[in-house]
Amino acid sequence: MSTAEHAAGHHVHRDDEGARLGMWLFLFTELLLFGGMFIIYSVYRYVHQAEFHLAAKELNTLFGTFNTIILLTSSLTMALSIAAIQKDKKALSVFMQLITILFAAFFMVNKYFEWSAKIHHGIYPGSDELLMKSNGEILFFGLYYIMTGLHGLHVIIGVAVIAYMTVGTVKGKINSGSFVRLEAAGLYWHLVDIIWIFLFPLFYLIT
Amino acid sequence: MTAHPTGVNDVSYLEYKGKHKGLMSWIFSTDHKRIGVLYLISMLTFFAVGVTFGFLMRLELIAPGPTIMDPQTYNSIFTLHGVIMIFLFIIPGLPAVFGNFFLPIMIGAKDVSFPRLNLLSWWLFLIGGLLAIVSVFLPGGPADTGWTFYIPYSVRSGTNVMPALMAAFILGFSSILTGLNFVTTVHRLRTKGMGWFKLPLFIWSLYSTAWIQVLATPIIGITLLLVVFERWMGFGIFDPALGGDPVLYQHLFWIYSHPAVYIMILPAMGVISEIIPVFARRTIFGYKFIAFSSVAIALLGSLVWAHHMFTVGMSGTAMFIFSLLTFIVAIPSAIKVFNWVATLYKGSIYTDPPMLYALAFIFLFSIGGFTGLMQGALSVNLHIHDTSFIVAHFHYVMFGGTGFGIFAAMHYWWPKMFGRKYKMRPAKVAFWLLFVGFNVLYFPMFVMGWLGMPRRYYDYLPEYTPYHRLSTIGSWILITGLIIMFYNLYSALRKGEKTTEENIWGGETLEWRAKTPPPLENFEDLPEVSEAPYEYKENDLVNEKELEEVH
Repeated sequence: MSTAEHAAGHHVHRDDEGARLGMWLFLFTELLLFGGMFIIYSVYRYVHQAEFHLAAKELNTLFGTFNTIILLTSSLTMALSIAAIQKDKKALSVFMQLITILFAAFFMVNKYFEWSAKIHHGIYPGSDELLMKSNGEILFFGLYYIMTGLHGLHVIIGVAVIAYMTVGTVKGKINSGSFVRLEAAGLYWHLVDIIWIFLFPLFYLIT
Repeated sequence: MTAHPTGVNDVSYLEYKGKHKGLMSWIFSTDHKRIGVLYLISMLTFFAVGVTFGFLMRLELIAPGPTIMDPQTYNSIFTLHGVIMIFLFIIPGLPAVFGNFFLPIMIGAKDVSFPRLNLLSWWLFLIGGLLAIVSVFLPGGPADTGWTFYIPYSVRSGTNVMPALMAAFILGFSSILTGLNFVTTVHRLRTKGMGWFKLPLFIWSLYSTAWIQVLATPIIGITLLLVVFERWMGFGIFDPALGGDPVLYQHLFWIYSHPAVYIMILPAMGVISEIIPVFARRTIFGYKFIAFSSVAIALLGSLVWAHHMFTVGMSGTAMFIFSLLTFIVAIPSAIKVFNWVATLYKGSIYTDPPMLYALAFIFLFSIGGFTGLMQGALSVNLHIHDTSFIVAHFHYVMFGGTGFGIFAAMHYWWPKMFGRKYKMRPAKVAFWLLFVGFNVLYFPMFVMGWLGMPRRYYDYLPEYTPYHRLSTIGSWILITGLIIMFYNLYSALRKGEKTTEENIWGGETLEWRAKTPPPLENFEDLPEVSEAPYEYKENDLVNEKELEEVH
């Protein structure tokens, strides 16, 4: 498990190409995980077109747009942090990673207010208010909470991963000669971004 | 780091002293061989539990009416039998145990690409398995939904469906990580000269399986998670009372669970492709066809899921297409069977225990496969849907196929893994008991299913009694065989004849060039490969005369 055990004789093998391949495979699985939900969304949207239209009007497009901008910018800062470490600019890379984490935090704060407002209005799974609405609307909000919720969970995991990388960068374990782990974290972060790019129009824009 | 302390490869992986001692040196080891053995122990433990449940079910059905348990217990037992056997025995059986142990050795590597991830998958497997077992003892009683967790009953049932769902979810995660590891390993760590068409066929089948694990498992993950949410907070996604569609659940369930049966069978086909040439002392017939048929099964197998749901009321076009695809997916399986049989033709066949299991595999899998095709035909399907015919078919493919494949692998690789030989005679006796018991147990199910006996029923009409009784007697023969087989393998570990012979059976693949049992890094120097596997050109065990006959 630890480096000590490796020192005790276990062969240490470095294969950046393999690490990248493994990360891409993992991203496939993430895409398929969300893919299942996108299929469910399409089926129900097809069945309940009018209700989905009605329900989507309840969502605040401004919140959504703001969060989209935040998340896209955070992907940029993430990419910049990798470019910086490649050019051996450690301080800049750490700074960019911290900015990415900050943006992610903004995103979650926004999400918190958005969800609180909804819950305050009595729209949450199983609420009496929601159960009085039509089936299509119940499904829309069910999907809204699950899909944005699961995406939010990915944002939180992303923050933890990037924070771990920041520590690694500060300690010098991630450096211009070995940055594949930071790259992998970056790939994960871009995935979180891409999924949001699909969630945003599906829930906020098509009304 | 490249220069390791001397002695790493002087002792076998079993004797190697790492950082930890005792139990810790196993459960925290990142050595793929030790992880393989960990999987073996945990898998066989769960298998014993699953067999016990199966045995109790059969005992209950020995006569109509209540015999030894009440209906609710029966429902829970068939659910747990399914969940345990599928998620904890057949799916991890070959890839996680023998794949872990032999994939790196057979491609001439020191370990898998991500050894720590490998250990993590075992831990997830253990946690998932324990969660499934714990759910039995929690208040509320074990889940009674069947292993398919069909909605809406899985939302309404008052039993412990949640722990069972979470267990399946966690086990799925473990399976994904193993698949991811294997794909990367096969791409990156093949030794010098090991081109794609010099890979042993077991590796081809593991590679195809790994892709299915990576691509199909996330769907079941999210689907089961949605059922969890449904029970927890009532999202309505699948609940018809709130507008959800239970049939959509069935689609998403089978989009994974049909490819999953190929996760179960493909590695077993790989094992058979290894064993047949070794014990027929012949080059495998149609190497590329067998290799590509694994890939074809992985691809086509992803497109046939709706044949599990012909009675839900799909459109005629959809039914027609899924039926057609089901017939097409039989072709690559048949290609394998033909090639195995062609390999046997004019070979020098040695009926050692691994070969007996391999031959039984071909026989039982063919019966299972053909009855599968019968179900793929729409009209027949309506007649036998949800009858014990399906149960018989499934057990012929999964137990007669994969189960016997696992037993074949155990008898083939056991001496290599532990450096101990098992006794031949009890192994053969056990085989015949298993083979006879298996057929007596499951064949009557075909007949009574055809006559209308529904699956999963606690009680039945008196006219089915002879079939049920025969089947229960079969289960006793089968279990006797299992006990003898496992006792024989176990006592080989305790007091079996020690062996350091490298090439025990006369195989041509790389694991037979490693020491017995293999050292920590598998080989002193990584081997180079110059010819395709199963060539038998310079094999000492094949004498000149046989070679002349073959060519």
